[in-house]
Amino acid sequence: MHYFLTEEQQMIVDICRQIVNERIIPARAENDEKGIFPADIIKEIGQSDLFRLFIPEKYGGMGTGIFEVCLATEELSRGDLSVATTYAASGLGFIPILVMGSEEQKQKYLPALASGEKLAAFGLTESEAGSDASSIRTRAVKDGDSYILNGTKQWITNGGEAEIYTIFASTNPSRGARGISAFIVEKGTPGFEFGKKENKLGIRASATRELIFIDCRIPSENMLSSEGMGFITAMRTFDQSRPAVGAQAVGVAQAALEEAVNYSKIRHQFGQPISSFQAIQHMLADMATQIEAARALVYHAAKVTDSGEKNISKLSAMSKLFASDTAMKVTIDAIQILGGYGYMKEYPVEKMMRDAKITQIYEGTNQIQKNIIALELIKRGAL
Amino acid sequence: MEIKVDESTCTGCSLCKNVCMYDAIDIVGKKAAINENCVFCGACIDICKFKSIEITGLSQGYKDFSQYKGVMVFIEQQPGSIADVSYELLSEGKKLADALGTELTGILLGYNLSQSYPEIFKYGTDRLYVIDNEIFENNLDDIYAKALVQVIHRFKPDIFLAGATGFGRTLIPKVAAIIKTGLTADCTSLAIDPEKKILLQTRPTFGGNVLATIITRNARPQMATVRPHVMEKKQIDVKPGEGGSNGKPDVDIAKHAESISLGGPDSNICKSGEDYNGRVEYIELDISNFKTKYKLIATEKETGQSINLTDYDVIVSGGRGIGGPENFGLLKELADALGGVVGASRAAVDSNWISYPHQVGQTGKTVNPKAYIACGISGAIQHLAGMQTSDIIIAINKDPDAPIFKVANYGIVGDLFEIIPKLIKRIKYGNNLIQN
Amino acid sequence: MIKIKIIVCIKQVPGTTEIKINPETNTLIREGIETVINAFDTYAIEEGVRLKERLLSNPETKEEVEVIAITMGPHQSESILREAISLGVDRAVLLSDRAFAGADTWATALTLQNAIKKFDDWRLVILGKQTLDGDTGQVGPELAQMFNIPFVGYASNILEINRTRMIVKRLMDDRYETFEIKLPAAISVGKEINIPRVPSLRGKLKAKNEQIPVWNKGELGLEDEKIGLSGSYTQVVKIFIPKTIHEVKMITGGPDEQAEELYGKLKELSIL
Repeated sequence: MHYFLTEEQQMIVDICRQIVNERIIPARAENDEKGIFPADIIKEIGQSDLFRLFIPEKYGGMGTGIFEVCLATEELSRGDLSVATTYAASGLGFIPILVMGSEEQKQKYLPALASGEKLAAFGLTESEAGSDASSIRTRAVKDGDSYILNGTKQWITNGGEAEIYTIFASTNPSRGARGISAFIVEKGTPGFEFGKKENKLGIRASATRELIFIDCRIPSENMLSSEGMGFITAMRTFDQSRPAVGAQAVGVAQAALEEAVNYSKIRHQFGQPISSFQAIQHMLADMATQIEAARALVYHAAKVTDSGEKNISKLSAMSKLFASDTAMKVTIDAIQILGGYGYMKEYPVEKMMRDAKITQIYEGTNQIQKNIIALELIKRGAL
Repeated sequence: MEIKVDESTCTGCSLCKNVCMYDAIDIVGKKAAINENCVFCGACIDICKFKSIEITGLSQGYKDFSQYKGVMVFIEQQPGSIADVSYELLSEGKKLADALGTELTGILLGYNLSQSYPEIFKYGTDRLYVIDNEIFENNLDDIYAKALVQVIHRFKPDIFLAGATGFGRTLIPKVAAIIKTGLTADCTSLAIDPEKKILLQTRPTFGGNVLATIITRNARPQMATVRPHVMEKKQIDVKPGEGGSNGKPDVDIAKHAESISLGGPDSNICKSGEDYNGRVEYIELDISNFKTKYKLIATEKETGQSINLTDYDVIVSGGRGIGGPENFGLLKELADALGGVVGASRAAVDSNWISYPHQVGQTGKTVNPKAYIACGISGAIQHLAGMQTSDIIIAINKDPDAPIFKVANYGIVGDLFEIIPKLIKRIKYGNNLIQN
Repeated sequence: MIKIKIIVCIKQVPGTTEIKINPETNTLIREGIETVINAFDTYAIEEGVRLKERLLSNPETKEEVEVIAITMGPHQSESILREAISLGVDRAVLLSDRAFAGADTWATALTLQNAIKKFDDWRLVILGKQTLDGDTGQVGPELAQMFNIPFVGYASNILEINRTRMIVKRLMDDRYETFEIKLPAAISVGKEINIPRVPSLRGKLKAKNEQIPVWNKGELGLEDEKIGLSGSYTQVVKIFIPKTIHEVKMITGGPDEQAEELYGKLKELSIL
């Protein structure tokens, strides 16, 4: 299929494909089984300049758009969604610095994130604040020229592995969402600890941990923008990052489709390959069509985002919603085509199904995405 | 020098294009056209039915090499033992020497060669040159190279053979470079052209798909290396007193050989006294200019992964179809039951399912066991290059079209996870599977 | 001024997995043959780039280091030089001349030697331990001998290196040997030594735009009789596809029958 990529975009895809084939696929079953964080693969991704994509050149990046990030994310997800999640989560961690950071903050933090030498993470979710971000309880109290953080963040991707964290804390609980502020917190800051590594259904090779702040003193200069701008920072970040979640979903769905097609050609029943049965053919046709539609929507959302268009929430929410639902459906169907083998760990499709589920949940559940879409429709009309 | 197509006879039949391995021939306007990819291998010339292609302008000026005589084999030793490949080369060298009606000699370098090496004479060696000197203690390439160059200059063998061991593959090219002669690596067959009396050196190329026969054009000796286990080791039956050692007691060459150094810078290689029917000559070298560029700091046996596949008669090999590292246990069980060892394809090694010393193929070990059992190996060219000379090849694979079946003697299309456990049970407990 | 130059010699080879034989005509099926960097040369490139990184990060050898890839071959060999640049090599030179064709290992080594001579301050030549098409492993030692410099084949680990000397471990058939050698020197490497990196995006972009100089026989100061087939001591006189007279006996039936028959065969062949 031709997606009219530029030469540079094709290079990005090629590099990712090589990493997937040579590094990710050989290691993924064991990393999944044992929950191993593949630090060497992440290092290789950094060495290949993939973390540089979305960061402007003056900070050591390559100044590409979100579309290029989506291409990389999709291809990495074809190999292992855990790796793509780690990759994308670092992006999620540094996008707040990109969109709201001061020149000094950008100079200080972005180069090491661009090179992949350091990973970033995004700390918003708490045990009582998932979809309802406004109810976060982590507090940041001003004390001279610093803030004292107290509270616990939950299910933070790259927790423990990242060096740089964007942490959302309330500086003024009485103002709800408008009282949230965002801070850059470095690993190793006294009072900043990690909880246990979570044992997850899928994306098991990604690191998910609690972040625990006990009287953690953060210099005021580490605040992003100003007090009360945290919620807006998070929403703007999500607008940029959501197409990449859609790209993750497209990638994992594509991988499952490839497995299903290959299997259907070598598996013989009733004296012929099962790919000759119309029942299987129609399933494969549906899967492929849905993936292509999801990919088109993700690419479109990414390109619109890159065009500088301001009102992108609806489109980016649609791409995440549609692609992740597609991934769930396609991976389940892939298992069905592989039958008993699909249910076994010897084949990668059961892992793909477990992995795919998270794309319907994280960075805003699909129900929240629908809220966003509906709200925009009502606010701005259906056109 | 040029390669030309005679357009008046060329029919554009494409035979040459198909045989060309370098993508160097295009058919343009129903005529063959040779492009810059050509390496002058001559494959197109051989296949052309119309004799339309020829190489011109290559000086064939054969020099007079009449002073070069005999076949010399480099006998490689590690303290206490002689590499098996040396015996294989002596056997092969004997055939060549017979075809030329010349002598087969061996050259043995080392330090404290106190053991007896009577084996050397069981393969038809007419004469053995020995240099025993402490400078050879550490098997340093450059010292060996200098010594061999002197030996070759002195004795002027027509043909010089060495084993393509790690050491040989480093050392012998240096010798060839100093002597300024050709060297053909890893020959699988050697023969004498009956008319020209030159050495035809045939070796696989392109991963074993293609054989190339090579000659040494305009220099002597004609040098070739041969991989271990490729040539047959064959003792010869000779009457006592006629060479060979059958029927004779083992002789300690160190005792029977004498050495006389004549000294002097140009006569540092000396004829020895008679012994062992005059067939060992001890030589001394003037080593005053033998400075090494290497300082050997440490030698360690390769341990932990010291499996040497070529030591086994049976190899049970696994490939991608094995599915994962855990399943090599099953192959190990079968290998153990057969007194063999586990091998692997590159795909399995690259996936880190098993360590590199187990790898069979072009980038791994070349093996030729009595039986090679390929399990879940599709049979990529590189793999076949490393095992297709095995006596018996048995392939088990799910895919009936797997290329491995093209080299196998026995093929089983089926699930190895079903068949191998049954076979192991059968071997271990002896119950006929069909009757029960 | 670049004080340490590392020369990596690479070769373009057919992606051999693509080569198939048409069993009826006994000729090669050529379709889809692509050419790639010889697999072992990718380890040579990686080791060159790693040595550069290592020398630069060591305060004692914090000199300027440059890694240069060279290849001898037809014009399209330029693509592997670009690939080498995408993998971190600083620059590349293509040695290309119709007269180089048909070179054996000797003539190849001589051509490479004359190219390397043109660089000042080269301290190390790295080669893959053999090519996948020619498969001789001879060019390295022959080249080193022409320069009269030490050569360590099958290097598995470079323990120490500075401007004037290195300590290198090599894997022989059954043992490792560690040598100290003076530079300049040449080494050949295989897969034991490293895991080659994936190209970087910036490397690929640099590779795309890089001007790659082409040196012909004139630039190397080489006469016709020294190069190509004319300068070779060996010559291919015949190239052929071995006839495989081969018949495979398929063992059929269910797993029980198959295992039983295989057991019988192993007995029959006295493997058991």
